[in-house]
Order: sequence, then C-alpha cells, then structure tokens
Amino acid sequence: MNFELDEEYQDLSDTVRDFADEVIAPVSARYDAAHEFPYDIVAQMGEMGLFGLPFPEEYGGMGGDYFALCLALEQIARVDQSVAITLEAGVSLGAMPIFRFGTEEQKQRWLPDLAAGQALAGFGLTEPEAGSDAGGTRTTAKREDGQWVVNGAKEFITNSGTDITRLVNVTAVTGTTELPDGRIRKDISTIIVPTDTPGFRAEKAYDKVGWNASDTHPLSLQDVRVPEENLLGEEGRGYANFLSVLDEGRIAIAALATGAAQGCVEESVRYAQERQSFGRPIGANQAVSFKIARMQARAHTARLAYYDAASRMLAGRPFKTQAAIAKLVAGEAAMDNARDATQVFGGYGFINEFRVARHYRDAKILEVGEGTTEVQLMLIARELGL
Amino acid sequence: MSQPLTIVVPVKHVPDAAGERVLAGSPPLLERTSGILSELDEYALEAAAQIVEAHGGAGAGHRVLALTMGPAGATDALKRALQLGADAGFHVLDDALAGSDAWVTARVLAAALERIARTEDRAVDLVLTGMAATDGETSLVPGQLAERLGLAHVGFASSLALAEDGASLTATRHTETEALQVVADLPALVAVTDQANTPRYPTFKAIMAAKKKPVQTWSVTDLGLDTDAVGLAGSLTEVLDAVPRPPRAAGEVVVDEGEGGIRLAEFLVARKLV
Repeated sequence: MNFELDEEYQDLSDTVRDFADEVIAPVSARYDAAHEFPYDIVAQMGEMGLFGLPFPEEYGGMGGDYFALCLALEQIARVDQSVAITLEAGVSLGAMPIFRFGTEEQKQRWLPDLAAGQALAGFGLTEPEAGSDAGGTRTTAKREDGQWVVNGAKEFITNSGTDITRLVNVTAVTGTTELPDGRIRKDISTIIVPTDTPGFRAEKAYDKVGWNASDTHPLSLQDVRVPEENLLGEEGRGYANFLSVLDEGRIAIAALATGAAQGCVEESVRYAQERQSFGRPIGANQAVSFKIARMQARAHTARLAYYDAASRMLAGRPFKTQAAIAKLVAGEAAMDNARDATQVFGGYGFINEFRVARHYRDAKILEVGEGTTEVQLMLIARELGL
Repeated sequence: MSQPLTIVVPVKHVPDAAGERVLAGSPPLLERTSGILSELDEYALEAAAQIVEAHGGAGAGHRVLALTMGPAGATDALKRALQLGADAGFHVLDDALAGSDAWVTARVLAAALERIARTEDRAVDLVLTGMAATDGETSLVPGQLAERLGLAHVGFASSLALAEDGASLTATRHTETEALQVVADLPALVAVTDQANTPRYPTFKAIMAAKKKPVQTWSVTDLGLDTDAVGLAGSLTEVLDAVPRPPRAAGEVVVDEGEGGIRLAEFLVARKLV
C-alpha cells in the first residue's frame, strides 16, 4: 500500500499550486466582488492544458487521467473555488460525456476546443423538479424530420452562459417504456445543444451566496431544433450515462472540497503565527492551535478518501460508494474548516475580501452540489443493505 | 533560416528564494539539501522556447539543451528545464567542484559547452542564461563564459529576437537612463532579464515528456579538466564567512499629537530623503 504520489503527479500538483498562488490568488477577491467570470485565467489554464488533462492527445488532451484532474482541482480550490468549479464542470460535466459516450465524429468536432479551454460545455441535467431524481425530468426531445425538437427548462447549469460556452449536453425525455410490473418509465436521452441554436437561452445569472466568479444560469429551451446526430450516447441511455458521469464527478468535487479545506488550514496557520494578542501569537493558544490541528486532520482524511475513490476508478474497480464517502467527508471538511477558519480570523473572517470569508460563502454548496450530503448518505446506506 | 539552431541554456539549482534559506557548515554556506531551478533561469528557457516557436517550431530540427553544474540534487533543475522545453540535459557532477567560484564555473561550463558541441556534432549558435542566480547573485558567469568561448556577449537583455535568417540577433538593454538596441552576430551569449518574457507553466504533457528526455552526466575529467583546476583549489575567490542579513529593524512610530506632520518632515530631513 502506497499513498505517495508518482513523480509526474507530484510535479503536476506542484506546478498547478504555483499557478494558483501566482496567477489566480492575486485576482480572486476582485472577480468574486465583481461577480465576474475570469476569462483571462480560464485562457491561461487552457494554455497549461488543464482542461485537457484526462483526454488523449488525439483529441487535443494531455494524455493524463482523471486523478491528474483531481490534483489540479485540489490545488486551485485552495485559493479559489469559483475557478476550480469552472474547471471541474468544464471537464467532468461538459467534455467528459462527449469523450465517454460520443461518436468519433462528435469527439473530433467538440473535444479539441473543449480540451484547450477555448470553449466550454455545460451539463443540463437539473430541472425545477429533477436533480438526483431524474425521473422528474420534464424536458422533452421529439424526433421530427430528422431533427430533435427540444422543449423545457433547466436549473443551476454551470458554465452555460459564458462568451465561450459552445454547447450544453441536455437530458430530455425521448419516450417511455413499460416495465414488467406495469409501471411506466421515462426514457431519458442526452442531446448536444449548441448554444447558438435558436430557442436556446441562458437566462439571467443567479445571484448566489458564493462561487461568485463561476457562471451559473437557468436555461430555457423552446422548440430548439438540432440535427438527429446530436444524440449523445444511446437513445434511452441518458439516465444511466449521467449517473456514471455523476459518480466520477463526485470524486472531482471531493478533490475540490479537499483543496478548500486545505486552503482554510494554510490561511489559518499563517494568521495564527502572525496575529498577536496579549503579547503572543494567537497560535500559541491551544484553543486556536487545536482548532487548526483538527482542520488539518479533516483535510487529510478528505484527501485520502478521494485518493482511494480515484485509484479504484482508474483500476476499473467499483468505486460508487467510495466516491460517495469522499464527497460526503470532503464536503463536510470544507464547510467545517471554513467555519473554523473564520473563527480563527475573528472580525477579519467576516470581511468579504479575506480568503477565508470567501471559503465560508463558497463551501456551503459543497454539501449540496453534485448530490447533497443526504444523497451520499443514502448511497452509502444502500451499499450497507439498509 | 539556413540551418536548425542549437541553443544551450546553462541553469543552476538553488535554494528556494521563497522559502527560508539556512546557512550551515564552516565557512557557512547556503543549505543545498533541497532546491529548485533558479527562477531567473526560467526566463532564459522561455526565451529559447519562443525562439524555437518563432522559427519553425518543434519540427524544424532545433535543439535546446540544458546544462547544469552542481551536486546530485541539481538533476531537479535539469528536470524542470526539460519540462519547460529543453530537449536534453547535461549535468557536470563531481565532488571536486565544491567551492567553485564564478571564474571556475565559467571554465567548467565552457568546457562542457565544447563537449556538448562534439557530442551533438553541431556548433552551438546561442547560449541563453538568466541575468543572475538567485543564490550567489554575482552575475559574473555569463560574461566570463562568453569571453572564454569567444562569443558576442549581450548582458541584461530585456527583449530578444532572432533575425529571419538566424544569423544575428537584436536585443534591448535598459540602463538607468536609456534603452539600447543591440545587434550581435551569432554565435552569441545573451543573459536575459526577468522583463524579457513570461515563463510558461509546464503542461502535463510536457511533464510526462520530460521523463523520457535524455540526461548525460560528466565528471570534471570527462571534460578534459584537472580536478585541481576546479573547486576551491582553482578558484580566485573564496568565501571566508557568511552571516545572515540582520532582520529589518522595527520602524519608528510617530504618534500625532498635533505636530505629526512636522515630525515626519524632520524624520525625512534627518535621513536626507527630502
């Protein structure tokens, strides 16, 4: 058993860490305050090949794997969760379904720009009445004259309204199947919808509590017509496909949350050493140092959990439960550490421009997005036979 | 361009300037157990990469070669150079080199450059260096190296461009009062400043590719030099002692009791700052 990173993983992690500290960190507070999408940072991340990490070179990728992406996400999320989720959603939710389920033609057409970070794709799954429960999907896609006609609405779609968003993978009901017990199941398929298609609209961006520099919109689709060949993956397999995308995505979100938890530790250590109170650094008080020690333990535990899930996934072994555990543990570590870090910072922890305050606002969604804490618990309990 | 270019970038492995640097031993020297590629060398590597990109790119047959002289740990600096675009690395590794000053370093690097030309069977067109190493900060080696090799020397270049035919280069040098445009025929040695470009971050592809790039290691005798001509024995200067720079003294707090402005002015006048 070995938890040491291979040399190339370590070098990648170190490189992204430098990039995060030198390029992202200095401008994070500004983008957050302005609720502005960081196009210049995304462009530089594209040049570094971060959007292409898990894809083969023939599609413009870096020839790495999903774990390499996770390491990059962890390092970026230490300083900026908005930038990290932009990368996570762009790769794991936007480009990955095309790589996994697309035809050769679809891959050739879309992946090179997505892998270069010059274009972004969204994943249009969530609806007002459907999230982890995909059976509630109301959006429909009907075949008409060699085209799909898509109608419906989507909610909370990351990267769906930027200037470089090229497409959204939309899940839609394409028919029904009667099950042996007589119940009717909706057939859900995934359709590639280019954002310049008439009838597709990214509505006004949400005013979120956190992740302010990340792009999130509701979508409306009214008689959106796309060619029949824009079906992504098998017809009726959209549900199964997006479940597998979400399983992987949980590992990536766990890595992101681990980074957020670690970022809170780093900020707290620095501040506890600098800040003097009653003639000594506040870190000399066990009330503070023990709090930070516990934060470090949470971050470490979260990291081990996502390393484990990722290594199982790369080895082709079942990882669903481990991914759920990693997402659960890391999401809670991020929220708990953000709360403790703001306490260490005292009044400054309540000032928006401080990184720990941003982590505090940003971390909450890590207990909600890509499956709530309760959904993770449900998955783990189910594995236990409960 | 008539022929593919051969560019050599001498690089140095140094203690990380961003971390805590420790003096140890007698005479006290910077602890070198861990280190990084001198950040200023990244500008030289980037300049090399940009020249290659501007003149036909990877397929044009150009060679960028990284050279280092240093203890075993210096392979880390070479690895980074290979990740940043160098095609191969050369490492002069020899216990006899301990204590070498700039004079000896230039001698060893000159011998290594001649050996590289023989090994590669092509003449070196361009030597690109950083403007200083972030540890010793003498900035002496580039000039001495150019002198030993009989190359044109352009120091502190804040921009660098190669002529279309690859026969000459143009560089900008900024002095206190003016910006100089300098032209030199190749072969030449240019030391670039941290204003010359923005070094890239290596991609994962480059990190993976670097693992497969060759690194050759040479001893002092491999280069045809005597061991007593290098290291402390061959050096013209010797470090006798080193003390850490004293921590910055605490500032003086002026409490404004109605005459704060006057006291600030007096403070500045006393130090001849106004």
